[in-house]
Amino acid sequence: MLEATAPALQVEGMRKRFGKLEVLKGVSATARVGDVISILGSSGSGKSTFLRCINLLETPDEGIVTVAGETIKMRKKRDGTAEPADWRQVERIRSELGMVFQSFNLWSHLTVLENLIEAPVHVQKRPRAECVEEARALLKKVGIGDRADYYPSQMSGGQQQRAAIARALAMKPKVMLFDEPTSALDPELVGEVLRVMRALAEEGRTMLVVTHEMSFARDVSSRVMFLHQGMVEAEGPPAELFGKDCRSDRFRQFISGQAQKA
Amino acid sequence: MDFAFLTDTFLRLMAALPLTLEVWALSVAFGALIGAGVTWMRVSGNRALAAIACAYVFVFRGSPLLVQLFVIYYGLSSFPAVRASVFWPFLRDPFYCAVLSLALCTAAYQSEIFRGALAALPFGQIEAGKACGMSRWTLFRRVVFPIALRQALPAYSTEVISMTKATALVSLVTLWDMMSVATKIRNDTAIVYEPLLIAGAIYFVVNAIIARGFSALEWRLTPHLRGRPA
Repeated sequence: MLEATAPALQVEGMRKRFGKLEVLKGVSATARVGDVISILGSSGSGKSTFLRCINLLETPDEGIVTVAGETIKMRKKRDGTAEPADWRQVERIRSELGMVFQSFNLWSHLTVLENLIEAPVHVQKRPRAECVEEARALLKKVGIGDRADYYPSQMSGGQQQRAAIARALAMKPKVMLFDEPTSALDPELVGEVLRVMRALAEEGRTMLVVTHEMSFARDVSSRVMFLHQGMVEAEGPPAELFGKDCRSDRFRQFISGQAQKA
Repeated sequence: MDFAFLTDTFLRLMAALPLTLEVWALSVAFGALIGAGVTWMRVSGNRALAAIACAYVFVFRGSPLLVQLFVIYYGLSSFPAVRASVFWPFLRDPFYCAVLSLALCTAAYQSEIFRGALAALPFGQIEAGKACGMSRWTLFRRVVFPIALRQALPAYSTEVISMTKATALVSLVTLWDMMSVATKIRNDTAIVYEPLLIAGAIYFVVNAIIARGFSALEWRLTPHLRGRPA
């Protein structure tokens, strides 16, 4: 069976240009089931764009994205850039990729519980009662079981982000994508979100995490990808990259710069 | 004070209220449909459609409603082609002309309100919908529309209220709405103030009820803007 051997997510040769600026210059990555890949890089390195191109929130100009063995079908437009050939397929694959945004993006007019069951009920068409039960369990898991009937604006940033993680989990995704999940949080709220992410990593979820949290990258992830000017500058297990033998001077500079900020 | 006259005037005005409300309700409803269409053209991404929508708003928002009403009721009938068309049974009737011109006018204002609500949509919440695999239609139905509705409601209620007052113009195309009845009583009796003041009070009460309805709706739709659950 293909599913058994296929990586959870594979990206090959992704390119993206915004006008004259080439943001991604051929980035590839493979996440096997259970991998936690931290994507590091200074601002403008293309790391968020890379993540957003995976679920086509941005359309990559070139590159192949394969989720659990299924490749997203793309076609060339007349101007040479690409577009999805089948939006139905894109929608289905998106529903298999859980996305967590920097600014949470919970639906403001819905309660936390309604946020969690929205897509399971209206995209996956699963029975509401079942979704509600699962949603309550997920909220308990991320430590906000008592906030089910709150609206997003009535909670702290850390609680909102944990609700957003639970919302993504409610879809039972094959891969979780985190786009700087702690960057919009007050420092004292970062820990509660990272604890939830660490717990997810430990239970074997496949995760791609764009982050500036060096301790998370070093201690939790199974692999680290360092992007610089739209290319993979260094890549490997954290022990290798954060160790003395790291071959990339740029990455060493980057982590010492991050250490000074902290 | 002549109470018998006041009571009589009040009852005659109230008898004309259904027509006023009918013109109002139909023109607001058709205005919403046309306005939604104009908004859709405006944001469709098609330049020609957007230009037509812009021109529509420009004309109907920029000229007096009374002019529009007279052009439709008195102007169109001067074209033989209109009189020969299938629309003539409608366009010869002042009721339909009144509804049509009020609807066309409010559609321009309503479409601007819709457009503003769409422009103010929180982009991140739309992306969140896309990211979890919503189709365009699901995204519209479950995210775009509910949020836009909440954004549009305050301005929309103002437009709906101003439309009850705009219906007074239809008295000038021979419809027996409240305003015509008030004018008739004034002309017949040479008593100026009482019929106008009573008519004004009835418009006022109707608008107060509409305003209350809208604030109740707004209250129901925006629990997220209030305090935490107890």
